Amino acid sequence: MRKMLLASVALVLAQAVTVGDLRAEVESPDPIRLTTHDWSGQVISATIMSEVLRKAGYNTELVQADYLAQFAGLKTGDLHLAMEIWATTGTDALEEATATGNVVNFGETGMIAREEWWYPAYMEERCPGLPDWRALLDCGEAFSTVETAPNGRYLGGPVTWGGYDEERVEALGLPFEVVHAGTDAALFAELQAAYERQDPIILWIYEPHWAPAKYAGRFIEFPPYDPACYSDPAWGENPDMAYDCGKPLGPIWKAGWAGLEGKWPGAAKIIRNFSITNDEMGAMVYKADVEGVSIDTVVAEWMAANEATWQAWLN
Amino acid sequence: MIRARAARWAFWLGLAAITAVLSLNGKEISQALGWTWATRYPQAWQLNLDRQISAALKWLLEEASLGPFRFRDVTRLISALIEAPYTLLRGLVVEGFAWGQGQQAVPILPPMSWLPVILGAGLLGLRLGGARLAVLAAAAFLYLLLFGLWQSAMVTLVSVAIAVPLGVLGGAALGVAAFRLRWVDRALRPVLDLMQTVPVFAYLVPILILFGFGPVAALVATVIYAMPPMVRITTMGLRSVPDEVVEAGRMAGCTARQLLWKVQLPSARRVMMVGVNQVIMLTLNMVIIASMIGAGGLGYDVLTALRKLDVGRGVEAGFGIVVLAIALDRLSQAAAALGPQEPGDRHWLWRNRGLLAWLAVVVASYPLALIFPALAVYPEGWQLSTGGFWGAVVSWINLNLYDQIEAAKVAALTYVLVPVKTFLLGIPWAWGLVLAAAIAGGIGGWRLGLMALAMTGFIVSAGLWPQAMVTVYLCGVSVVIAMLIGVPIGILAGQNDRAHAAVTVVLDTLQTLPSFVYLIPVVMLFRVGDFSAMIAVVLYAVVPAIRYAAMGIRGVDPQLVEAGIVSGCTRGQLMRKVKLPLAMPSILLGLNQTIMLALSMLVITALVGTRDLGQEVYIALTKANAGKGIVAGLAVAFIAIMSDRIITAAIARRTAARESHA
Repeated sequence: MRKMLLASVALVLAQAVTVGDLRAEVESPDPIRLTTHDWSGQVISATIMSEVLRKAGYNTELVQADYLAQFAGLKTGDLHLAMEIWATTGTDALEEATATGNVVNFGETGMIAREEWWYPAYMEERCPGLPDWRALLDCGEAFSTVETAPNGRYLGGPVTWGGYDEERVEALGLPFEVVHAGTDAALFAELQAAYERQDPIILWIYEPHWAPAKYAGRFIEFPPYDPACYSDPAWGENPDMAYDCGKPLGPIWKAGWAGLEGKWPGAAKIIRNFSITNDEMGAMVYKADVEGVSIDTVVAEWMAANEATWQAWLN
Repeated sequence: MIRARAARWAFWLGLAAITAVLSLNGKEISQALGWTWATRYPQAWQLNLDRQISAALKWLLEEASLGPFRFRDVTRLISALIEAPYTLLRGLVVEGFAWGQGQQAVPILPPMSWLPVILGAGLLGLRLGGARLAVLAAAAFLYLLLFGLWQSAMVTLVSVAIAVPLGVLGGAALGVAAFRLRWVDRALRPVLDLMQTVPVFAYLVPILILFGFGPVAALVATVIYAMPPMVRITTMGLRSVPDEVVEAGRMAGCTARQLLWKVQLPSARRVMMVGVNQVIMLTLNMVIIASMIGAGGLGYDVLTALRKLDVGRGVEAGFGIVVLAIALDRLSQAAAALGPQEPGDRHWLWRNRGLLAWLAVVVASYPLALIFPALAVYPEGWQLSTGGFWGAVVSWINLNLYDQIEAAKVAALTYVLVPVKTFLLGIPWAWGLVLAAAIAGGIGGWRLGLMALAMTGFIVSAGLWPQAMVTVYLCGVSVVIAMLIGVPIGILAGQNDRAHAAVTVVLDTLQTLPSFVYLIPVVMLFRVGDFSAMIAVVLYAVVPAIRYAAMGIRGVDPQLVEAGIVSGCTRGQLMRKVKLPLAMPSILLGLNQTIMLALSMLVITALVGTRDLGQEVYIALTKANAGKGIVAGLAVAFIAIMSDRIITAAIARRTAARESHA
């Protein structure tokens, strides 16, 4: 009965043997393969799900896969479950996959994705009126760099995240230039450096994430999103252009291989029951990414503290 | 003679002048003539090859069949064949063996303790290269243990242990086939060029579908990337076996098969070991990308650390890859230098005493690990860490040197990067076609000109002309800077043994340290943008510039230097008139390799938001659009192939001119 330290998440988790507390015979001893991606929050969701399924007697395996490339594997049954498909970035891929009939949406995770322009608190002095978006109209200079002056520099996410920021800048008449970071690592690297120097910065940040917890700052309050805003130019501030509002909030879904329900019906029920809040996740991500606690430890602590919660998923 | 030279000058100057005029005034001219299509390639003319490729791939992946089997079943079989030894090795050093599945499994054998692994590395070093190598190999593994990278390092080592033999054996087999059959050689050449130059991201999605998600797909991608040098070097090695040796084999009555196995391959062995070395290095280069698709290991540690902006941990794990690469490289080089050993007259037990002693330690380590758990899992409390040191270094620079850094960056952007970019982007695509053909044709003859025309035509018709120009701009500027820095250092290192030793260590590190490790600190200091990308490209591409320059200077015949000294050359004259001209082919070869490496960094620079072909490949990957990825990947490959052929032709012309001169 020895517990091994597994550094790599791609390892088979079927190691620590806990024969004896098996609750019941499960439908199939084959491992359920959950995907993990490259951000801690998702690895935490997948690890919690995996641990809970194991408590119910199922075997699980964590497999590392790319966020969007994983759909190919979910369709064929190479992979079985993806724990975090964000409405903000994954809707198209998920809809395409469910349309084939090979992938099923297992419902919301309880977490709500939020993406918006974000600035550090020290910018409020230099640009009075924040967080209201109207303040930005006169603050191009305050957020400018040599390359963009006199316009402000807004650091957007990777091109693949979409987000319509160029359109937003134009529709709202913001004196800003949009620069795209290639990865979110680059995005937060710039934030960290600017924050240290107390330099002006405004950038794309999303939640749940550790950054809003680590750095003091706020999201810009744009006119709230409405589906009509994106489709109907007449809507909102600018009568001639769409995208004159903030970004939509969206749920984070669980998605899986369509065959999962047939092969492990009990597990499918537990997966549907899985639910966790933004705050819980934010706290865990903070522990893992800022305090440097290992993900296994973070998950173990959560499991111990929230036994009632996950026990309820099992029934 | 003089007239021909004048005509040449007129040709190149004219070309440059027309390009300048068109680039600076292209828009006005095309508007005046009403030829707006000439500056902006019309969407209606695009060939949409990407959609056709996507459709063809879809068919191949989902419907194609060989007899009763689908194509995918065949690749899945291959996948299972690779997975079996992988799982075995992984069980041995990473996970241990167990009976049964999942939670019902009963452990049979725990993973091997770290002690015999480190000892084994040391003993292997001792046997292949003596005490110094033994210390080096053991120290490398000790580093991995002390810094708490053991588990990940073993995962990476297992991948290397599978990928390298596959790459070496497959490469050698193809190399032999190319040596014996002319048509194989002809067919293989363009394929090898593509394998080396198409960015891995471009074909990741099809590989994932064909070979399944997980470590095997990563292994397949690694082998594709790492194999080409082995093929080339095997063919080259076999060709360079002296005729007398082959003749002697024939006279001894060898059959064709015996000739190959007993004469040619053994004679080419030394050369082929260079290929093995290249396969090892390239395999370790792929560690980061492989970890993005499920290989785990050290690459995954680097990625996750940097996503949390934990620079220190990223550097530690990155250096884990470096020490592993250096240890494996030195071991393989020692094995190459050793040559086949004479069987002594002592008993084989005595000859293999090292191996036997090691096996004894392996066996003993299992019960010992049960008694002393520290042998099984190295205790966390004993681990070393650089802690916040590297993060603090970056912070310090950020806080104290930022103004100077910013000033240098602004100067570089205003005076170099932006003007070059505007100039290249100003060239109308229609003139770009002519230009590519004229440059290639002017240097390498009409065949090369036609090839360049076709390749540029492909890029234009895919609608990728602007991205291709950004690529040329970013790589071009970086290559010039890398050569300006690299060649002088290389010349210095070529003349001074101590400098050479120091430079070699730095070069090995730069070549194997994952660029992601320094990319994030670079972004912190220089912000997202072309300048950061350029720094990353220069750091990576400067390696061959230095290496080949040093090699060229070291390779100068000492007698010629002596002759120069006797005829009264000053040191400067010796360098300018004797050494540099003689080292020039080698330096040009270095230029060629610098360009290749710069292009191969494009995918990495896409991660900091450049808008070039690398970004196109990356976007295609994240959207799982296989066709688009392959088209953009081919565009990168074509730029690489064109520059390679043009430089090769230039070198050939130079040597020909020199020979006719002499």
